[in-house]
Amino acid sequence: MSLAKSPWIIHVNVNSCNGCDIEVVACLTPLYDAERFGVLNIGTPKQADIMVVTGSVNYKNVNVLKNIYNQIPDPKVVLAVGACASTGGIFHDCYNVVGGVDQVIPVDAYVPGCCPRPEAILDGVVAALSILENKKKGNIKGKEVKLKGKEVPSNA
Amino acid sequence: MTTVIPFGPQHPVLPEPVSLKLEIDNDVVVGVLPSLGYVHRGLEKFIDTKDFNQTMYICERICGICSGIHGITYSRAVEKLFDIEVPERAQYLRVINSELCRIHSHLLWLGLFADGFGFESLFYECWKYREDVLDVLERFTGNRVIHSMSKVGGASRDLTKEQIDQILKTLDDLEPKVKNIEKVFVNNYTVKKRLVGLGVMSKQLAYEAGTAGPTLRGSGNAIDVRNTSDYDIYKDLGFKTAVAKEGDCYGRTKVRIDEIYEAIKLIRNAISKLPEGEIATRVKGFPTGEAIIRAEQPRGEVVYYVKGNGTKNLERLKVRTPTFANIPSLLLMLPGVKLADVPIVVLTIDPCISCTER
Repeated sequence: MSLAKSPWIIHVNVNSCNGCDIEVVACLTPLYDAERFGVLNIGTPKQADIMVVTGSVNYKNVNVLKNIYNQIPDPKVVLAVGACASTGGIFHDCYNVVGGVDQVIPVDAYVPGCCPRPEAILDGVVAALSILENKKKGNIKGKEVKLKGKEVPSNA
Repeated sequence: MTTVIPFGPQHPVLPEPVSLKLEIDNDVVVGVLPSLGYVHRGLEKFIDTKDFNQTMYICERICGICSGIHGITYSRAVEKLFDIEVPERAQYLRVINSELCRIHSHLLWLGLFADGFGFESLFYECWKYREDVLDVLERFTGNRVIHSMSKVGGASRDLTKEQIDQILKTLDDLEPKVKNIEKVFVNNYTVKKRLVGLGVMSKQLAYEAGTAGPTLRGSGNAIDVRNTSDYDIYKDLGFKTAVAKEGDCYGRTKVRIDEIYEAIKLIRNAISKLPEGEIATRVKGFPTGEAIIRAEQPRGEVVYYVKGNGTKNLERLKVRTPTFANIPSLLLMLPGVKLADVPIVVLTIDPCISCTER
């Protein structure tokens, strides 16, 4: 059975302004209706295939993000949604912001925009599906990300 | 003996990271300890590096749901520093944008709330109707979520005749649809069973706890910043404050549904009175002095404090958001509530964590 026919996603909000989050939820509701492709939003990382991350990373939630990533079984794909998740966005200079999600966990696909439209997010999920298939065929496993102790900002 | 159960930061019901440590005794909550900081970016410091016009775009990204009203409130605060009068048409455009934001925010909340108590088809229904409002907002401002309609000195976009017709047509279609979902929220036996008598706050307690917005009005306090005299042109538009006496989750839901009807009326009134003319005045120089502005967001009262020192950057920006005022009320509502009902009570204050932590 093909995994890409019915991917289950987990939505993780790390440091987002809610703009991307409501667009991710809008993808799942009737107008855009990602569920017709078999995409299901699931609350637990243990059952998820695709991790949809919105927002940049800060010093408090960095371990939350790593923890959720480590709990997702292989093969897994990480999709960074929005400008903040991709690079840190307009907040990249803030004192509490580490940067984009790829500073902490490996990211497979990016959806740019502030906020990206639901069509763009769906496009990102479709791109993630082919990566997921490839990872399954090649038996590629995600690296376990080490949790560190309390991280202190370098400029503090 | 009590057990401590962590609720969040990653929880299926809440789209946002907030952590509550719940002390449970026999399935009943006896104590709550909130922990914040998962969405702190440090925006009030960040404005040091941006000039006062660019800060508007930072303020809009404090929160993606009430972004329009954040931008408008910041613009009003800086206009107070400059002591300039905004053209009347711009004020009307701001009211139309604010109220459209309020409708979409309340429909969003009603949907998430329905999802919170497991009524998934109702969730989809609310979000389907919300898309109509977003379509109008996109035609008006150019984007679905972050609008950037306001700027210091007025509005950056004007409404054309076609757009006005589109807004009126959408509102006419929307009103019966909201009546449909109101029937379910207010009369449905199962929904009432979940909501009535849950998370009760008396009128006096809600006032003394310093709550804001629908949380305050759901307990019978008719307090709304839009009634005050210095808030744009709301006083000319004939606006009724939505209040419910119950003080429980049911009352707070009814207030939000009534506010959708009020917002629809306000937009119709504003469009019927929309004057012709300029939409922005020129702003010269740099801001000096201090100003405080209050505004009514979908979640309650927001307070902006700005201080300028004659340079292009503001010296200080301080934002007190409604959820910051409402989180302490959770400590009053949650004790005595069963663990299974905790998500519902937390959702009724309409928590916006990214506003609170900035």
